[in-house]
Amino acid sequence: MNHELKMSHKIIVPIGPYHPLQEEPEFFQLYVEGEKVVDIDIVIGYNHRGIEKICEGKHYDQIPYAVERICGICSSSHPYAYVLAVEDLLGGEATVVPERALYIRTIIDELQRIHSHLLWLGLAGHFIGYNTVWMWAWKYREPVLDMFEMISGNRNNYAMFKIGGIRRDIKDEDVPLLKKTLDELLPALEMFRGAVMDDPVIQARLKGAGTLTREQAIEWCVVGPTARASGINMDVRRDEPYGAFLLGAIDWNVVLRKEGDVYAKTLVRIIEMQDSVNIIRQCLKKLPKGPIDADVKDIPPGEGIGRVEAPRGECIHYIKSDGTNRPVRHKIRAPSFMNVASDKVAAVGGTISDATLTLAAVDPCYCCTERVAVINKQDNKKIMNGWDLVRLCQEKTNKIKEGMLDG
Amino acid sequence: MKIKETIKEKLGKKIISWEEKSSRRIYFSVDKSDVYETVRLLFKDLGLRFSTASGMQTPAGFEILYHFSFDQAGELYSLRVEINDKERPEIDAITPLFPAAEWVEREIWEMLGINFKGHPNLKRLLLADDWPDDKYPLRRSS
Repeated sequence: MNHELKMSHKIIVPIGPYHPLQEEPEFFQLYVEGEKVVDIDIVIGYNHRGIEKICEGKHYDQIPYAVERICGICSSSHPYAYVLAVEDLLGGEATVVPERALYIRTIIDELQRIHSHLLWLGLAGHFIGYNTVWMWAWKYREPVLDMFEMISGNRNNYAMFKIGGIRRDIKDEDVPLLKKTLDELLPALEMFRGAVMDDPVIQARLKGAGTLTREQAIEWCVVGPTARASGINMDVRRDEPYGAFLLGAIDWNVVLRKEGDVYAKTLVRIIEMQDSVNIIRQCLKKLPKGPIDADVKDIPPGEGIGRVEAPRGECIHYIKSDGTNRPVRHKIRAPSFMNVASDKVAAVGGTISDATLTLAAVDPCYCCTERVAVINKQDNKKIMNGWDLVRLCQEKTNKIKEGMLDG
Repeated sequence: MKIKETIKEKLGKKIISWEEKSSRRIYFSVDKSDVYETVRLLFKDLGLRFSTASGMQTPAGFEILYHFSFDQAGELYSLRVEINDKERPEIDAITPLFPAAEWVEREIWEMLGINFKGHPNLKRLLLADDWPDDKYPLRRSS
């Protein structure tokens, strides 16, 4: 790689918009002076599908199918938030949905959190050059997806949520296999947690990178692990309990850190996974017999808002009904909508080698390594390409390692 | 801090309507000229978190709901503002108060065509650059 850049003028580092590894393309333009990122322009909308407009033409039971496909990773959060919005209109999940369905909803929701965080962990490992972490995280993700297939018939897009309950039951004979998978997951999660907390190279690499201060987190209204890593005490599961949480039956804790850097965000997600295993175990233990569907027929006129704690944070849906079988308005706000915008302050002030890591740290529903080019603004010559930027990110880790060995 | 009481006390007669659809869902409306001061009260003074804003076309024009979350109690305060102008709907932007509102208002602008006065960066967010200027996807006529 060419290190002869004469950085006396601003250089734009475009990251985007398409890359085979991503789920959702975005385009980041990093304005760089020397090694430092001084500003960032974020251009989104490459994958806008007009789902809100589509939903205005669908009837209430068709909508979960559409909103499930907003995101392939947090595929249960959107339909869950949607049915909660309609159930809010009807009087609230607690009054509408049978108890067994509440537990199963939480089991699905927490399994999703585990597989989503493992996916992110693998990507983060890859970015800092720990490809073994990448392989192991995704290896341990496979049994979780197998469980989804067992329960719902599909590894992603589970089609489990409907207004008034869930569509499919968990068979009694499947529960032991589910428990066994969770038992086998725990040692791996403990290994990841140990690796992050004890490995000096990982600590040196992640600490202080991509910091979002508490004040910035409030000004940018971020949600989820991005917020909790910066000391914002919020989690929809505790603030506005839903599913098994509203029965008060689950013993768990909100995970909080103060540092606001990538290290904190990583730790929050790993501990959340361990908590999710715990939560699912409690649900399986307390799962009562009974119906799974309230068989809701008509939606009266009104308004409703539903929200869940998706792996990335608060996912909120708003529904307005006029008594017909289609909504007048369906507003959807995914958590990444708030979190990605905060890259404006999190990535600025950092170095190019931290850029991919910082952008990935909010866990935007995709891998943010795009086809990157570093272009000299003055003569439009391409200096670096996309793979170089990831390599820069990984090389910094090596430099830290070497520095430690030289002692 | 008593959020409901403080809102009612500080806004007084500016509150046109107040409805508690449930213990966690509070909808209240003010005139559109009061939106900036009301949002400042909710965000800066009361420390509520801005969750999102949803715009909608109505028979009389447009309506925007600004959803603020009081996380400690799990309550949502949805501020409703009516814009009864079908030709040139506009309202004061709240983005100058906090940056998180920037994308939210941009989205409402490009989808519904409501102009946000004072918005520092009102340009396309989700629609393609060559999308026609006068077509607003979430309007019924489109």
